[in-house]
Amino acid sequence: MVQLNLPANSKVEKGQYYKDKTGSKNIRKVNVYRWDPSTNENPRLDTYEVDMDNCSSKVLDVLNKIKNEIDPSIAYRRSCAHGVCGSCAMNMNGKNGLACTKSHSELNGDIDIYPLPHLKVLKDLIGDLSTLYKQYESVEPWLKTSKVNDKENIQSKDDRAKLDGLYECIMCACCSTSCPSYWWNGEKYLGPAVLLQAYRWIIDSRDEDRKERLKKVADELKLYRCHTILNCTNACPKGLNPAKAIAEIKKMLATA
Amino acid sequence: MSAYKIIDHEYDVVVLGAGGSGLRAAVGLSEAGLKTACVSKVFPTRSHTSAAQGGISAALGNMGEDDWRWHMYDTVKGADWLGDQDSIEYLCKEAPAAVLELEKYGVPFSRTDDGKIYQRPFGGMTKNYGNETVQRTCAAADRTGHAILHTLYGQALKHNTEFFIEYFALDLIMKDGACKGIIAWNLNDGTIHRFKSHTTIIATGGYGKVYYSATSAHTCTGDGNAMALRAGLPLQDMEFVQFHPTGIYGHGTLISEGVRGEGGYLVNSKGERFMERYAPKAKDLASRDVVSRSIAVEINEGRGIGKEQDHVHLHIDHLDPKVIDERLPGISEASKLFANVDVTKEPIPVVPTVHYNMGGIPTNYKAEVLTLNGSEKTVPGLMAIGEAACVSVHGANRLGSNSLIDLVVFGRAAAKRAAELVKPGMKHEEIDKNETDRCLDRFDKLRNSEGSNPTSELRLSMQKTMQSKCAVFRTEKTLKEGVDEIRRPYDGMDSLSVKDKSLIFNTDLVETLEFDNLIRQAITTMDSAYHRKESRGAHAREDFPKRDDENYMQHTLSWCNGSKTKINYRPVHRSTLTNDVQYFPPQERVY
Repeated sequence: MVQLNLPANSKVEKGQYYKDKTGSKNIRKVNVYRWDPSTNENPRLDTYEVDMDNCSSKVLDVLNKIKNEIDPSIAYRRSCAHGVCGSCAMNMNGKNGLACTKSHSELNGDIDIYPLPHLKVLKDLIGDLSTLYKQYESVEPWLKTSKVNDKENIQSKDDRAKLDGLYECIMCACCSTSCPSYWWNGEKYLGPAVLLQAYRWIIDSRDEDRKERLKKVADELKLYRCHTILNCTNACPKGLNPAKAIAEIKKMLATA
Repeated sequence: MSAYKIIDHEYDVVVLGAGGSGLRAAVGLSEAGLKTACVSKVFPTRSHTSAAQGGISAALGNMGEDDWRWHMYDTVKGADWLGDQDSIEYLCKEAPAAVLELEKYGVPFSRTDDGKIYQRPFGGMTKNYGNETVQRTCAAADRTGHAILHTLYGQALKHNTEFFIEYFALDLIMKDGACKGIIAWNLNDGTIHRFKSHTTIIATGGYGKVYYSATSAHTCTGDGNAMALRAGLPLQDMEFVQFHPTGIYGHGTLISEGVRGEGGYLVNSKGERFMERYAPKAKDLASRDVVSRSIAVEINEGRGIGKEQDHVHLHIDHLDPKVIDERLPGISEASKLFANVDVTKEPIPVVPTVHYNMGGIPTNYKAEVLTLNGSEKTVPGLMAIGEAACVSVHGANRLGSNSLIDLVVFGRAAAKRAAELVKPGMKHEEIDKNETDRCLDRFDKLRNSEGSNPTSELRLSMQKTMQSKCAVFRTEKTLKEGVDEIRRPYDGMDSLSVKDKSLIFNTDLVETLEFDNLIRQAITTMDSAYHRKESRGAHAREDFPKRDDENYMQHTLSWCNGSKTKINYRPVHRSTLTNDVQYFPPQERVY
């Protein structure tokens, strides 16, 4: 019989338990995935008792409270704190989202916080997004136009409206890391985040490279690994619809 | 000191920071054929430029007649005559071309009916030298900064800029008063990197996080400003901190001035549109300092809203929901998320919130860093741009939508100037080992802190002091107390506690290094404010309510060594750059 082994560091052990020291009557248990690359230890799940009477409304506020008041060693990315920079994407109670816009009151029971799924973990909640960034670069996310005069391109309101729902993407990777197809073929399948960006340039009326862009993306692995599972659209914290963008690309290729 | 693995690099130019100005500079440098490294503590699109909402100013004239000279006058007046008019001329004259260039790069600007870039009214932006409101602020809905930042990152990729992402810069490398590069810590693997460069461009943004409540991101810690201070260079006009009139009450999230540009208005607890009293002509579209002070007065005089009577309301519920949907979608989203308000039905609770630093590293209009050594001198090898810089185009108060244009105009200017000064492949000098040792000594000492004061406590104490002693209104008494109090968290570093000793993504140490940067800027801000005994722009002294042009039409320069500061002044430039426009002499500032 074939012997199957789990990869190194895949077993998450029980970690430390930080009991509340404030005497609060309103305690919530927060379980956080921890892994430190500088030790040889397995990842663990630390549990923090957090005083919710003195905590603002978002999951990021909970994490900041833990870092400021209980355990400064916990590592996560964060910046703008209002859903525009895309730094604090993580998995909260089983669903990807931005910690800074997710209200903890919407989560039931204990709060479980993990890094975005299926990324190489760099430390604690910080995942390695370098593959996704390279894929983003591969769709050449810049306007290709031969116009060199010193006037603006004219774009009708209707043509500009075609970019709505696309240009707002903050590259948080919530969608791509919720996509099973991206989990299995993440090196080759571009995934919903990058395909949405590809479509943003394909559909821009100012761009003169539409045909080439479509040709480049028309690939068994890059594009057609999308099996319309729709986890991406369900995961997007900005309410965008990457699945629709992918469908539009497929439609353009089918009718070209 | 434990041994750190040091990796050496040589570049023609190093850009520190990858927000709007850093990326624009990097694009220009790559175009000029210079070997360029762009070093950033966050992935470029996470930079705080992404949070800019309302727009970018330029006298394009797409919505009616406009002239860059009118834009210049508005900026001079907005700055309360503390801006350098040669630099302001450069900004406003170059602005239209810079915006058209962004459009060519691919920025998805909103459009007019005839397909041109849409422009909206903004505070302090007027026609014909203050006469009526003009539509000058170019917008991509209310996500203009996001749209520009992502587009500029795309351009940098197009030009193959070399990025060093999630590298935390520690110090400048100085030799005989010139900058020779930087030292940075790679968070990904814990190594130390020494970048030799002929020119270093600091584009590290503002330091809003010295305050408790700010629209600024957690990462807005002014790291480059502090690096300049540690290199023995002064910061300029640090007392001028802009309070944005409309941060969401209780959370601090920015609500764009574009909201008032599109017809939104403020009311107090009596339902009065109180701005009519303070700025009869411009009303809700007066300069930000004026609107913020008016709100503060309303609150202080008991006409605030809520249980604590500590905020006011911003209405847009009278606007056509279609307009809100098309032009202010981000605001609707933020109001729902952070104030639980449906903007089509209810007002948004708002309060003046720290938003922007007019002060920073002094530069000329070519982005070269200045210091005072008898007279004004440039610092060889060093430039600064964006919010980190004090050019000074914003003087004592920045106009809304003048920051995004500042980023691209001076990002471009820096690249141009660097291309004049540096030729590709020039030889690098040897660097004295002492510079590296001094930098790593500080790093190592902070990392191995075993005291009892957590960084978060010292930071909170600093933020509370700044919030209470250096706010919208200031007095001799509050500032004197502030000058003493702000040194306590600095002294607290003598017994600092850093728990995490690792080198890979040690965010405990990152926050500590950021605090070490912040506290120096907090001290220079407080001391600069204490020494300016007049009211000008964002610096409002209750005990000196008038502007004093005789004594204070001067930029404050502050050096900081440990917690000791030295304050000096340099005169505001009282001439324009060319004869295309006349100097605007100081006038009374009314809106």
